Amino acid sequence: MSGIAVSTNINGDGVDFLCQAEETLLDVLRDRLGLTGAKEGCGTGDCGACSVIVDGRLVCACLVLGAEADGRRIETIEGMATADKLHPLQEKFLEHAALQCGICTPGFLMAAKYLLAQNPEPTEEEIRFGLAGNLCRCTGYDKIVRAVQDAANVMKGA
Amino acid sequence: MAGGSDLLVRMKGGYIEPNLIVDIKAITGLGEIKQTNAGFTIGAAVPCALMGETKALRQAWPGVVEAANLIGSRQIQGRCTIAGNLCNASPAADSVPALVAAAAKVVVVGPQGARTIAVEDVAIGPGKTSLARGEIVEAILLDKRPPRSGDAYLRFIPRTEMDIAVVGAGVSLTLDDRGRVESARVALGAVAPTVLLVSAAAKAIVGTKLEAAALAALAAACSAACRPIDDKRGTIEFRKKVAGVLAKRAAGIAYQRAGAK
Repeated sequence: MSGIAVSTNINGDGVDFLCQAEETLLDVLRDRLGLTGAKEGCGTGDCGACSVIVDGRLVCACLVLGAEADGRRIETIEGMATADKLHPLQEKFLEHAALQCGICTPGFLMAAKYLLAQNPEPTEEEIRFGLAGNLCRCTGYDKIVRAVQDAANVMKGA
Repeated sequence: MAGGSDLLVRMKGGYIEPNLIVDIKAITGLGEIKQTNAGFTIGAAVPCALMGETKALRQAWPGVVEAANLIGSRQIQGRCTIAGNLCNASPAADSVPALVAAAAKVVVVGPQGARTIAVEDVAIGPGKTSLARGEIVEAILLDKRPPRSGDAYLRFIPRTEMDIAVVGAGVSLTLDDRGRVESARVALGAVAPTVLLVSAAAKAIVGTKLEAAALAALAAACSAACRPIDDKRGTIEFRKKVAGVLAKRAAGIAYQRAGAK
């Protein structure tokens, strides 16, 4: 099959793939690389379910072309936990029941990880603004905000 | 393609089917903010998040940066550019009133070479620009600030974040050594087919310390300049009124930032 040859790094591992010019990074992650953690909610950058981090910046994978991944460093939800240990954000999401159906959760976790990397001690308002690009139709957001606050406290102490 | 946050949505929606996409992020220098003796050069591929992270730019042009950082979510901020916001030519683009108030210049390059134009000369109508076929924006230029200068941008949206401006107002001003407004520029968004530079509003505050009468004259000039449409976001009457209110408030913030005592 012909396509654009892309050489990238995902969650610390070198990855090579071929993709079509119009294929999004989200399609590549899900359909070519089997990394189905990032979800397609809207496909237009509104819902944040496909949030990944590219070269340290939070983006919607649906608004990035696969070909753009060449030479970049990509972090996805699959790289969040280490071999046998969940990330504090993941633990706190479970503890606070900050999810129901779970479709939005990988996106929220990536956005929350980026938020805490930029601002380790966010106020509630800063958390709500920081996560405004992620939509959740189950929880009403409150439990998500509390989980992120609690995770921030744990990570600060670590 | 710069950030692609509009292009990919249009492709997905089937509105456009490009034969070729050129990723200008891969062109050296276009992803950088350079500080020079003349001011700042913001490359066309600079994501708005980088503008917010650049302290010197934030200090010199806080209004431009706050406007750029209002575009979309954190995810969109990681991709979107002010050059893209400008070239989309939406009347409601958030960064454009702030750039017009700031008297930003735009470097346009194309087959005929490079030219530099005023930012307000880029958009000529909703979705339409003055750029010729083959031309792209290379960078947006902001002047070095004289002392006692400040700028601000405010927009009205019915939500608390992540929405399209019903009205936007950008004000940039410089004070004299007695704290009077020496020069000013006032720009309004979402109240006409393109962003408006309202010189009558600027004139209303020059020579003043933004006393109540000056602010009232500024607001009246803004409301009078509006040529808005009625739509689901706001009525003509509402937009005219809010344009004056926001311009007053933005002028007040810019005045404080300029170091008014």
